[in-house]
This record gives sequence, C-alpha cells and structure tokens, in this order.
Amino acid sequence: MELSGAEIVVQALKDEGVEYVWGYPGGAVLHIYDAIFRQEDVRHILVRHEQAATHAADGYARATGKVGVVLVTSGPGATNAVTGIATAYMDSIPMVILTGQVPTPVIGSDAFQEVDTVGITRPCVKHNFLIKRVEDIADTIRKAFYIASSGRPGPVVVDIPKDVTDPNVRIPYHYPETIEMRSYNPVEKGHLGQIRKAVDMMLEAERPVIYTGGGVVLGDASEQLTALVRETGFPVTNTLMGLGAYPASDPQFIGMLGMHGTYEANMAMHETDVLIAIGARFDDRVTGKIAHFCPNARIIHVDVDPASISKTVRVDVPIVGQVSSVLDDMLRVLREHPRKERLADNIKAWWERINGWRKLECLRYEQNGDAIKPQYAVEKLYQVTKDDDFYLTSDVGQHQMFAAQFYPFEKPRRWINSGGLGTMGFGLPAAMGVQQAFPDATVACVTGEASIQMCIQELATCKQYDLPVKVVLLNNGYMGMVRQWQEFFYDGRYSHSYVDALPDFTKLAESFGHVGMRIDRPGDLEAAYREAFGMKDRVVFMDIIVDPSENVYPMIEAGKGHHEMHLSPHLSSDRELA
Amino acid sequence: MRHIISVLLENEAGALSRVAGLFSARGYNIESLTVAPTEDPTLSRMTLVTTGDEAIIEQITKQLNKLIDVVKLVDLSEGAHIERELMMIKVRADQPMREELKRLSDIFRGNIIDVTDVSYTIEMTGDSHKLDAFIRVLDPDLIIETVRSGPLGIARGGKRLSI
Repeated sequence: MELSGAEIVVQALKDEGVEYVWGYPGGAVLHIYDAIFRQEDVRHILVRHEQAATHAADGYARATGKVGVVLVTSGPGATNAVTGIATAYMDSIPMVILTGQVPTPVIGSDAFQEVDTVGITRPCVKHNFLIKRVEDIADTIRKAFYIASSGRPGPVVVDIPKDVTDPNVRIPYHYPETIEMRSYNPVEKGHLGQIRKAVDMMLEAERPVIYTGGGVVLGDASEQLTALVRETGFPVTNTLMGLGAYPASDPQFIGMLGMHGTYEANMAMHETDVLIAIGARFDDRVTGKIAHFCPNARIIHVDVDPASISKTVRVDVPIVGQVSSVLDDMLRVLREHPRKERLADNIKAWWERINGWRKLECLRYEQNGDAIKPQYAVEKLYQVTKDDDFYLTSDVGQHQMFAAQFYPFEKPRRWINSGGLGTMGFGLPAAMGVQQAFPDATVACVTGEASIQMCIQELATCKQYDLPVKVVLLNNGYMGMVRQWQEFFYDGRYSHSYVDALPDFTKLAESFGHVGMRIDRPGDLEAAYREAFGMKDRVVFMDIIVDPSENVYPMIEAGKGHHEMHLSPHLSSDRELA
Repeated sequence: MRHIISVLLENEAGALSRVAGLFSARGYNIESLTVAPTEDPTLSRMTLVTTGDEAIIEQITKQLNKLIDVVKLVDLSEGAHIERELMMIKVRADQPMREELKRLSDIFRGNIIDVTDVSYTIEMTGDSHKLDAFIRVLDPDLIIETVRSGPLGIARGGKRLSI
C-alpha cells in the first residue's frame, strides 16, 4: 500500500484505534485535512478555538483512559493549543497533539504562521517530535502514542511540516506493531522487598492514613485501592485529582485533603504516624507548608514516576511501579502476613479520634434567606443526578471546590477537572469530549460566570455535534476564589474580581440554539434541575444566581500547616480545635 | 556540593536543549556543560558540572533520567574518577615577558600552539583547579583571551558508561 504523508498520518491514527480527533484546520495541515475528508473511520470534531480542542481531547482521555488526539495548524494554531497541552501535562493525561509546521525548507525563516512549536511546548510535554521525512511519520506516531500512554502518562506533540505530507510523494506504508526505545523503559512491577517493608510499617501503625491522588485514577487501580482500604481498615483521603478512586459514601473515606480539604482529613494528616501515599505527588495545595507536613509520620510512597518520589517531601519507603501492580503485591503480602490480625486493634483509638473531628461537620453551611447557596446548588445537583450514568466536569475556582466537597463521587473517571494547572475555560470543552465518548451518559459542567466565558464559543460545537451537555453555572458575579483571597488577605479590596457587564446567559444560550434557564430562588432549584436533566438531547444552560458572599471552607492559607485551618463562621467559634 | 554527571543521550536535534531547558525550568545550577558524539554516532556524551545538596542532586539525576532522550547517566562524583579540562589562553608576549611566559607554560605542561611577534597562544589541559592556578600566576594585563572547554570526566578502572 503506497500512501502520501498526509494519508499515513490518518492511517496511523486508524491503526492506533483512534475514534475522534479534535481540531481546527489551517494552511500547514490542509493536506492532512484532505486525507481526513476522504475517509470515515477517524471522526474529526471541529471546535471553535484550538484551546478547546485540547481540553475536549483531554476530557475524553480522562473519562475513557484512552489517548486524546488533537490536530491543529502551525503558528497560532499551535500556540492556542499550548494552554491545553500544559493542562494535560500537569495532570499527566495521555494525549497526542499533531501540529502543522511550515515546510522544512523555510523553517527558521520567520515564515507565515511559523513558530518553534517544539521549542514552545518543550517544557509542558512528556516528549515532542519534529518529523523531517515522510518515511519517519508512521514510526514517530507509534512512538508518540506509546510514550503518551505508558509509564506516567502525558501529552506528546508531533510537529509535521507541510512538505512532509505532500500528496504527490507516496511511499509504502507499514505501521510498526511494537516499539522499542533504548532510552525509555517505564517500570511495571514494584520492588518486592520495599513492598514487604511497607507492609511491616503499616502493621505497626497506630495512626495510619492512606492518601491517594490522580495516579490511582489514571492507573486504573481503584479496585485495588478499595481492597487495600477495606483489608487494612485504615482511613483514606483523596486529593482533588484522586476523587472517585474510593467511594465517597464509604465510612472509611474521610474526605478530600489539602487547602480546601475536610477538617478530619487534614487533622489526620497532621497527626498520622504512618502515611501511605499512593499515586499522589505532594503538591503544595495538598501539603501546605512542608515544614509542618505530617510532622510525626514515616512515609510510604507508591508512584510510577521515580522523580515524584522525595521531590518535595522526603519519604522513608519509596516504591516505584504501576500503582495497580504494586497494590496487588501489597495486598498479597498483607493477606499472608502472620500479624495481620492485629490491625483492627491497633487503630481503634485512632478511629475514635477521627470520628471526634468528624463531629465538627466542617462543611456545614446554612441555606437560609432568598439567596441560593452554591453548596446547596451542588448538593441538589447530586440528589437529582446520583442515579444517572453521570460525569461532572469543572472549571476553576470556588465552584470547583464546592463541587469537590459536596458532590460525592463513587467511581473513578467521573470527576474531571484541571487540578495542577488550574485552567479556567477547561470545563465546557472537557464535557464535550466526555459526551462524545459516552453519548448516552449525563454530562454536566459546573462552572462560574468568569470561567465559562473563557471557552463559551464551544456552545456552537455542542450544537453542531449534538452534544447535550448541561452547564451548571454558579453565578455569583465575581471571580469567587479571587474575591475570597482579596477578602481574607487584601482587606476586602476587590481589585478587578467583579465581572461587570455579564451577558444574559439565557439569551446567549438560546442564540446558540440551546435551552437557557435562569434560577434565582432556592425553592425552584430542584424542579429546574429535573426539567433540565430531563431534556436528554438538548444542551441546557442553567444560570444559577448564587450568594456572592459565600466562601470556601475549610481553608488552609498558602504557607500554613494542616492544623491551621480557617473554619466556616457557621461553626461554633468557641469549640476546642486541634 | 559539586557534582560531575556524565550523560549518554540520543544524538538528536533538540536533545541538548531538553537538558538545558530542564536546568533552567527547575532552577538547578549548571556550572559547565560539554557535549559531543561518541564512537557510536547515534549517541552523544554530555558532561555537566552542577552544585546542590543531596536532595537536589537526586532530583537532578531523576529528572535527567526522565527525559526521553537520555539513555543512561552516572554521577561520577560518587566514585573515583578523572577530570580533564582543555584551555586555550592567548597572552601578550612582548619583550621582556616572552621568556618568562614560556617558562611558566612549561611548568604547567602547556604547549604554545600559536606564536606572533606580540602574542602566544597556550594550550593546557588538567583539572579545573590547575587551569585556575595558571590563570592566577599570570599578570591579568597580559591575558588577551581565554577559552575553556569545561571539565570532562571518566571513571577510573575498568568500569564504563555504556548501553
């Protein structure tokens, strides 16, 4: 079979089993777009801005575990994609981004729509390639998919100059079945000696905490984690990225930890004597001030990336390997261990202490008065959607934290948000990607009136491809999290955090051909949700006017320890804390 | 503490900038960096000198290993090793200093590789301290130009860094 470079690109995607490509055409990728036009296996989704292409592919990847694929042109096409590439990089999402490039003879001459894409993306990709010969396309794309999806996953950029895809140059096509790279051999199994050491430490623990992150979700190790937590009887806390890896309704789940984590999770971190960190990277939003982090703990850390281990916090028992494989081994060692029976007794007092912290009900809020509380809006959302096959994406800010705190996720890959980079504008395109993968599922995007405006043009893409995502806009008229920090740390000088001149979102949604709703009374909320989620084949944009003064609690200020939380003023102030 | 790290990396366009970019992006110190292809033309060998405490050096080696283009590396400072650096230094060699400069160069086992009426260019190898010492014994006013390769390193004994 002889194919042109452009046809090889598309055929390689088919051979990788790619169903969807999100993209936007332009000069440098016209040959590839022509090859896409002449086939039907790989479906192209035309977005309205390249940033959205990356977020949509990213949402698809997070929900399915498959590699998300993007195709954009050179120059501004590539630079617009950078925010989405960096978003995927920070959260270790497997993606392959194909970027057009100016023809090889003019590279470096400041040609029209030329940028050094490999140079610009280098710090925010797992790896990138510039293809210089048509003979290299198939191998390079194979490598890109392999690198993106193995080890610690991440985005890989493949930059393809226009002349390499010339339709008049045809060569025999062969797609390599396997790929070997002498310089890249991700670890699978964890070291058994280290795993035994970890189990011994866990059996001695009196105040253990299992702290898990996005690695458990990405590594499809939720089942193993659940088994380990049940087997040990230990409390488990998830990071923002790890939510859903362990069922939130289970009594052993003590909530999210970190800056806006629960009182019980953060206090348990502060007092733990053995911390078992699994697929988590000790991010600053989780650890708070390092000097105060888990001051009494010996630390076990399971991660597929050796560079994550002892990066910010020194650990005592590092275990490098795929989380699922390591947890399988750990469970086996634990189940066969002669001292296993002691576990329950060891931690009895610890659970009493944790249950004492729980009594504080740190997330309590009061839905009184005429204004809808954002927490109430999320709780009601849960009540209405909990029996659905439901996915929730989020933008970034207060609404994201309220969703993380008040929507209990029972399964992995159901909570999709930009944790590491904190990218406003992520939620709506990510929801499109999820809906594309699961057309029959209920997909909602919780957002704020500031975030949604960063990628609102994608309402058109939803229309074009019949993607009936539900937009749950918690509209408080402010960049809520910025406003909260300004209230706490800048004496209430609300510098540029008020979003004046908001559009009429109902009319805006309608102008895109969707259903718009405005809800401003607590009593109307449930009925509105039921009506909106009842419209299975329509985009419904719910503009929910919420109390602008509400803050996210608990809160640990940047640079403080886990035991130094600000608690909601609704909680009794005279209570003995810590 | 000072560490000298040898890295085997794919001899591909952009490999060097990945390493350089890593050091600047993560704020690691880099004192010198040299790179050239090896006897296997698909591989380059890089020698870099950096400073940092144990934890930072551990991160540097892990982050370098994480780069897809890096095939293998070794922190030579962990064992016995030899370091050599090449310097070419051009000095003003008018009378009456001509004889004295020749003698100094001989003491340091330098070679004069270019001569004019008014200048010598001296080639010298050694560890970095020796080259520093030679510069110190020269009158600064005599130095016209200095160029140094940065250190290269290799482990002592039969050990080798190879794939």
